[in-house]
Amino acid sequence: MTENKTILVFGETTGGRLSPSTYELLGAGRSLAKASGHELAAVLIGSELQPAAQEAVSLGVDLVYRVENSSLKDYSAELYLAALEKAVIHTGPEIVLLSQTAAGKDLAPGLAFRFNTSAAMDCTALEIDPASRRLLMTRPVYGGNAQAVQVCSTNPQIAALRRKSFVPASPESSRQGKVVQIDYAFSPEDCKTRLVEHRVEPATGVKLEDARVVVAGGRGIGSAEGFKQLEELAGILNGAVGATRPPCDRGWIADTRQIGLTGKIVSPDLYLAIGISGASQHLSGFSGAKMVVAINKDPEANIFRAAHYGIKGDWKIVAPLLSAALKKAVNKT
Amino acid sequence: MKNIMVCMKQVLDPEAPLSLFKIDAAAKQAVLPKATPPVLSPFDENALEAALKIKDTQPATVSVISLGKKLVRTVVKAPLAAGADQLFLLEDEIFSDFDSCLTAASLAAAIRKIGAFDLILCGIQAADTNAGQVGTGIACLLGIPCITCARKVELNGDRIRVEKIMPDGFDVIDSALPAVVTTSYEAGTLREPGVEAFMSANKKPLTVWNAQQIGMDKSRSGPAAFLKMEQTAHNIKCEMLEGAGPAEQTLQLVGKMKDAGVF
Repeated sequence: MTENKTILVFGETTGGRLSPSTYELLGAGRSLAKASGHELAAVLIGSELQPAAQEAVSLGVDLVYRVENSSLKDYSAELYLAALEKAVIHTGPEIVLLSQTAAGKDLAPGLAFRFNTSAAMDCTALEIDPASRRLLMTRPVYGGNAQAVQVCSTNPQIAALRRKSFVPASPESSRQGKVVQIDYAFSPEDCKTRLVEHRVEPATGVKLEDARVVVAGGRGIGSAEGFKQLEELAGILNGAVGATRPPCDRGWIADTRQIGLTGKIVSPDLYLAIGISGASQHLSGFSGAKMVVAINKDPEANIFRAAHYGIKGDWKIVAPLLSAALKKAVNKT
Repeated sequence: MKNIMVCMKQVLDPEAPLSLFKIDAAAKQAVLPKATPPVLSPFDENALEAALKIKDTQPATVSVISLGKKLVRTVVKAPLAAGADQLFLLEDEIFSDFDSCLTAASLAAAIRKIGAFDLILCGIQAADTNAGQVGTGIACLLGIPCITCARKVELNGDRIRVEKIMPDGFDVIDSALPAVVTTSYEAGTLREPGVEAFMSANKKPLTVWNAQQIGMDKSRSGPAAFLKMEQTAHNIKCEMLEGAGPAEQTLQLVGKMKDAGVF
């Protein structure tokens, strides 16, 4: 593999356009490229990629590689990894950036092992070390209780970036860049895996990961009926309800609502933690929230160490009052 | 008879109180607290449950493999009580919690040494490293496919059918065997063993291998390393709303939310 001073971004598309996570990757990629003098390249995999390639150019990509094939229309870990590996061999980048998305979580480690290295997953900060010129990749470990700075002694240095941790790139239509097609001869018949079908599950209400407001309940909520009350509260702010692990284990709320290390990671504008003691594995699930409010009977509860505002009290008294006050306030605006 | 391998990692209890969590900055890892014993990584318990669900429906041997420096026997033997048939412990000073390359290579080597395998199950990520690379790594080293983030795994003859969780729903994926599948919590909570199961667990085969016995080079490690590790500063200053009563406190809170642009 010839080595170039290139940062290669794996761009994902949704509905023919670059996904929001790709905007963040390109934002991070551009600032690294600026600091290091590297060229910023992107690889897009799929079908009918020309509009997304132009979009990437407008976001500051110098060179866009398209790996296009009708068999790549739907995501397949096996096919996409083969395509991405080809692009990496073709471009010989020093750094490869992916998103910590469903695809990125497959492809970053897969790609790394093909080059006898490992990836830095779930990175929240990146910088070029001025002395060694290597990439310093900061990522939370131990469920967010510690921050590790990882370096990789070989190329490519591969990082998967946590969502909403990097400033997205902004477009400028005057930018110029090249778009290059990479030929792809891999046949789906060679695959050991086959996508039988993709089933869309209609989300009931607001999706937890996308919600601007998350109302989360813990063991203190005590019952499934309790969570219905939280639903009402969340509904007023067009938010979604989440939970810590114990309510999910007890069946008070669906498993898919779990927030934390062993559940979903959310970054809402408001995280309202109700009846939650604050086990470390849960705290790591909302570390990106802009405003955290905790309501708990126990003023010593750990959750207050992760909250901006707190109310010491019984949620059964506070929550209905909060619902009523919010209804009034929201109706006024 | 199908051979199912489940890789399970011993980790610090992620539900342990934060006050017990300390980082050894020189060693770049957490200090094992004496007050709370380690546990098996929660996602790996989901992987074991997925294996046991398959064993419920057809003849299968479930082998559990754990790798680490100091494996606490009462912790790592729990899978035998839950229904696994045999346990392999890979124990050596060279093993590191954070070296995904070495871990995947060692597990792949052990799997080859154990012999025939049809399906390898792992959790999507470990509760300490939060990396999620080992399953993919094992598949890559063994040259077999890997399907990540499964909520359901069905084994029919020489193929598997996996429901892989996707952002807007799920993919149904059919794969040839052997294959690696990594499981999410949706794959199910590990069953509770009965008292009798604990008794019989002690009679099940347990094998301990060091790095050399699985052919791992003592000096081998991956190219990734930590420069430093620091405890996360929880330096948020919490402002307790001190209104005269809950009604007033609630109104104060609504004011703060409005100021922050929540509505």
